[in-house]
Amino acid sequence: MPDLTLEFSNLEVQRGDRLLFSRLSGAVSSHELLFVKGENGSGKSTLLRCLAGLYAPDEGTVCWQGQELGRLGEEYRRNLLYLGHLNGIKANLTALENLRFLCTVEGSVHGNRDIQNALHKMGLAGFEDVPARMLSQGQKRRIALSRLMLSTAALWVLDEPFTALDVHAVEMLQSVISAHLENGGIVVITTHQETPLTTDSSRTLWLGRQP
Amino acid sequence: MNLNWFTYSAPINFYPLAGRMITPFALLAVLLIGIGLYWGFFQTPDILSEQKQYYRIIFPHVAAAWMSMWLYIVMVGWALLGLVFNTRLSFMMAAATAPTGALFTFIALVTGAVWGKTSWGTWWDWDPRLTSELILLFLYAGYMALQSAIEDTRRSDRASAILAIVGLVCVPVIFWSINCPDPNQCASLHQQSSLEHVESNILIAMLLTALGFWMYSFAVIFMRVRRIILERERQTSWVAELPEVGGGL
Amino acid sequence: MIRVFYAVLLRDVTLAMRYRTDVLTALFFFLIVVSLFPLAIGAEKATLRLIAPGVIWVAALLASLLALERLFADDYADGSLEQMLLIPQPLVIIVLAKISAHWLLTGLPLTLIAPLIGLQYHLLPNEQWTMMLALVLGTPVLSLIGAIGAALTLGLRGGGVLVALLILPLYIPVLVYGAGAVAKAMAGVADISAYFELLGAFLILALVLSPWATAAALKVSSE
Repeated sequence: MPDLTLEFSNLEVQRGDRLLFSRLSGAVSSHELLFVKGENGSGKSTLLRCLAGLYAPDEGTVCWQGQELGRLGEEYRRNLLYLGHLNGIKANLTALENLRFLCTVEGSVHGNRDIQNALHKMGLAGFEDVPARMLSQGQKRRIALSRLMLSTAALWVLDEPFTALDVHAVEMLQSVISAHLENGGIVVITTHQETPLTTDSSRTLWLGRQP
Repeated sequence: MNLNWFTYSAPINFYPLAGRMITPFALLAVLLIGIGLYWGFFQTPDILSEQKQYYRIIFPHVAAAWMSMWLYIVMVGWALLGLVFNTRLSFMMAAATAPTGALFTFIALVTGAVWGKTSWGTWWDWDPRLTSELILLFLYAGYMALQSAIEDTRRSDRASAILAIVGLVCVPVIFWSINCPDPNQCASLHQQSSLEHVESNILIAMLLTALGFWMYSFAVIFMRVRRIILERERQTSWVAELPEVGGGL
Repeated sequence: MIRVFYAVLLRDVTLAMRYRTDVLTALFFFLIVVSLFPLAIGAEKATLRLIAPGVIWVAALLASLLALERLFADDYADGSLEQMLLIPQPLVIIVLAKISAHWLLTGLPLTLIAPLIGLQYHLLPNEQWTMMLALVLGTPVLSLIGAIGAALTLGLRGGGVLVALLILPLYIPVLVYGAGAVAKAMAGVADISAYFELLGAFLILALVLSPWATAAALKVSSE
């Protein structure tokens, strides 16, 4: 896989009265994991949204493969998988239906078999045909995370993906992320979790004051 | 003098500039409106009927109606600039323009109703032009309501900008449909604004008053935008140091 | 792109069918509102025929407005909207699909129920057809324009009333010509094609312009 890079330079965001961050720059490439850390309210989620292209920063640019996000448009979104605080799962659809819809609109080639495998791996065997509203928070989260196994996106931007997960699911997620990095993918992540994800190729970005 | 417009797009530079411009515009406003009112009420011919004397109120009515429409366009212009160039000040100017535009719409409606009473004997007749002014008031009200309903300034600016632009696109269609509810008989489109038929003194009064209203608008909008700047930029050091904010201590 | 359009359309319709209350509520609202007028004004046949075009159209506007909240609010709340903004497809296609689903679930049922109201208001068969044609052309425009309002007011307090204030002025042209067409038909005017031409023109204009405005509004509201 060619070497892929996500670069951001001189980012500044002001939300309401507060200056969240300014002159923030950095880059992350294939096989690399970027931890974004900081206290609550330090702008971690906003930064991730800037990187995902959901929030236009007041100053600065985000570039994928050297080109600004605004110019890339669809092409960037094809290479991106973003999971925020909200799951993006419809309560009145089953797990299978949710993932089938998401796969279709992302243009992926996965059939029902692949989707079911992904759900099984995330510990949701037997729950594929249950409306999501009947599942627990953790189970709904796992449906959303199943997308990681079905995605062909190179860049994963994950905002607190470990929330509401039990130990088993946490391990599962960690191995999925490690596998993705090994294959040349890029991961940008925020988490409160103490995780053995820290490898040689992981870096940390601190927002706000470092403790 | 090499005027770099983009310098003035920063609130810190625009604030003093706006401040300097308020007094001259205010003076011009008083002057022009004063002359316009005098001309309109005293230099225009009398009409024998006692009631119809008040026909003269048509001239501030027309001037206010013009202003209400022009200011909407100005407001949309600022909103568009804000969206394209992402300048905070443009959005502030749009927000500052809206209340004055709404005010003139209201004046147009009230003076129009008075004129209607003298001409047709009723305060409100669903006359197409007055009805259009009423809809314009709703558009202004919607803009201001949306702005105040959204707490986050950035979202509020952009959302109301989109609303204003959509409003402008729809306004011709709305006005046309009110003026021309029966498409089979739409020859009456040109009945309006036949300025040639207006008595020349009234016309002069209209133009003078309109000009005065423009001066008033400039003055008031600059005052309002300064207040908006102070409010939005209150966390910055330059605002904290302003004498009117009690800084520099 | 077509595949994505149908996927979104199907999804929205499926979701609505599973939670049918929403769809039926708007319809019942429509029926209740039109039933109020004879109670308030009197059930004299001539009066009812006179006010029928206006009443039916205003009720349709209000029912449409009520149903708008359903368009994006749910997706906004559970994060699906955010994900739709990140799909590698033009947002306008997705928006168009959602609005189409909304119309199928709101405007179309209204149009199909309208003859019942026509009976209540003593409309003749040919007048009923005129009314249905006007509604079938006009209600999509209501959904299209309303979508802009719904997108702008996502997640805001007092959303429903605010959307009404923003959108009702923009509904006026459809109201004027939609009701006008029916009124003229009831007055025996033979050639009312001009009304339908105008309504058709509005539909085309709204189809072209509204998805862009709605998409822009969605991006602003989702930040």
